[in-house]
Amino acid sequence: MVLGEGHQRFIQTMMIRGIVNEQEAKTLHQHCCEVHKEHYVADKLEEFIQVVNSKLEALNMQIRTRASEDNGMTCYALVNTANNELTRMSSDYADNELELFRRTMDLIMSSDDSTASSTDILNMADSLQTRKLTKSAAECLLKRMVSDNWLVEKQGDYSLSTRCVMDMEPYIRTMYDEEQVKVCAVCHCLAFKYQICANPLCTVKIHNPCAEKYFKKKAVQRCPGCSELWPNKVRAECRQSLSQRQR
Amino acid sequence: MTQRKSSGKRSSTAVGVEEDDSIFTQPTTSQVQKGMEKLTKAQIDEKTTELVQYILMKDQKKIPIKRADIVKNVLKEYKNVFQEIMNRAQQRFEQVFGFKLVEIDAKNHVYILINKLEPVEGSEMISGNPKTGLLFVILSLVYMKGGVVPEGLVWNTLKKMKVDPGERHPEFGDVKKLVTDEFVRQRYLEYTKVPHTEPVKYVFTWGQRAEVEVSKIKILEFLGELHSQDPQHWSQQYKDASSQWSSRAPQPSTSSQRCGLVRSPEPPLGLGPPPRSGAEETRQPLTHLAIVVVEEHTG
Repeated sequence: MVLGEGHQRFIQTMMIRGIVNEQEAKTLHQHCCEVHKEHYVADKLEEFIQVVNSKLEALNMQIRTRASEDNGMTCYALVNTANNELTRMSSDYADNELELFRRTMDLIMSSDDSTASSTDILNMADSLQTRKLTKSAAECLLKRMVSDNWLVEKQGDYSLSTRCVMDMEPYIRTMYDEEQVKVCAVCHCLAFKYQICANPLCTVKIHNPCAEKYFKKKAVQRCPGCSELWPNKVRAECRQSLSQRQR
Repeated sequence: MTQRKSSGKRSSTAVGVEEDDSIFTQPTTSQVQKGMEKLTKAQIDEKTTELVQYILMKDQKKIPIKRADIVKNVLKEYKNVFQEIMNRAQQRFEQVFGFKLVEIDAKNHVYILINKLEPVEGSEMISGNPKTGLLFVILSLVYMKGGVVPEGLVWNTLKKMKVDPGERHPEFGDVKKLVTDEFVRQRYLEYTKVPHTEPVKYVFTWGQRAEVEVSKIKILEFLGELHSQDPQHWSQQYKDASSQWSSRAPQPSTSSQRCGLVRSPEPPLGLGPPPRSGAEETRQPLTHLAIVVVEEHTG
């Protein structure tokens, strides 16, 4: 079966944008339908995307939705579903640049707060196996990766962008061991910014927005794993200030 | 019987040649059939998927794709069934993505993707690359000037717009490199040495990608709009532009939508700020440039 032009335009735009928020996805849906005079129903975005995905999945691609870990807002991204390599990035970055990215990812994955400091990243630049990068070249590269929407920078600390996490989920799940790959107990997606259970023996982690939703309806907030009382927001703030003090 | 035998022989020599030499040797029909029979549907689908991903990846950078690279990086031991897999990929591009895979160089087997969907207003939201504005101006200049333009004229025109090829531009970086290297590699422009010139002189012409991707009519419409002029005012160009794709069917609506070449005067659809500098900043200098192009070269 052939996709309609409205669906094709939607895919093309997603290929260029990489990731859009919910409002943008809705506007784009409407735009694509109207341009090609196709039937448009405002609240049928999910069905529209299902049709798109029915074709993309055979090509190892998919439009996936995910709540942003920062604000819980739904994001839509075009992702690779099969590749365990950093395929999508390999056209834009040289071998040594990809190596630095991989090693940045290693740092992020093994850190407690899912970030890597710019100092630590830059210090790896002249020990790359492929080809050394100068500090200034590495700095430029980090900027480029931020503007290309792979990394997010906050006060000198780098973390993986939502788009990156969505696109590289298969890669992350294969490349890192269980201890490093943290998963939200509510939505079962990868977790980078999360709250943890107060019980030191319990490994449950929950995204901030997921926790908000999950505990909202409950009279008493308890860990879904060990039933320990869950101090919600307070805990998150504690955690943050704790990790800041450590640095 | 005898016939089958002899054809079997021929194909075995052909395989021998291929192994020694090049990937350009065309396998015979029977070879292709044999090759396809040996493969399961799943294997073929898998290779097709790999090829589609590879081409999409290359296309992101607008680098034309060589058949030799496809064979080396993707098809490998499937090279005998190259055309079969290409046909399947072509089908996916047309049916799922609205792209068309076009061979722009039949001798060296070089391919690019062009967009089958009409460019529409509001599509700037997805592009916003200022380089395309610069490219558009140079293409317009070359086009209005009859197809061939000495490089000096291009540099002078750009200088008037405060884009000096000798200086580092905040947006374009090394302008000369962008124009004579990147745009040339992407096949938007050709930059050719004029024979027997001392010192050596160069001219610009449209590259193969521009020919299949950029709508000449849209260039005239754009210039016309800026000058409140009917595009038919430039009668010679208009005649030529109208026949641009008449020999090819169906008319491939340009992918200028994808590369943002045709900028509408309408504000872009409110899809939030594009990741990089948006259309707003690029439109201004582009408009100026376009005015210069017309004033300088059409009277």
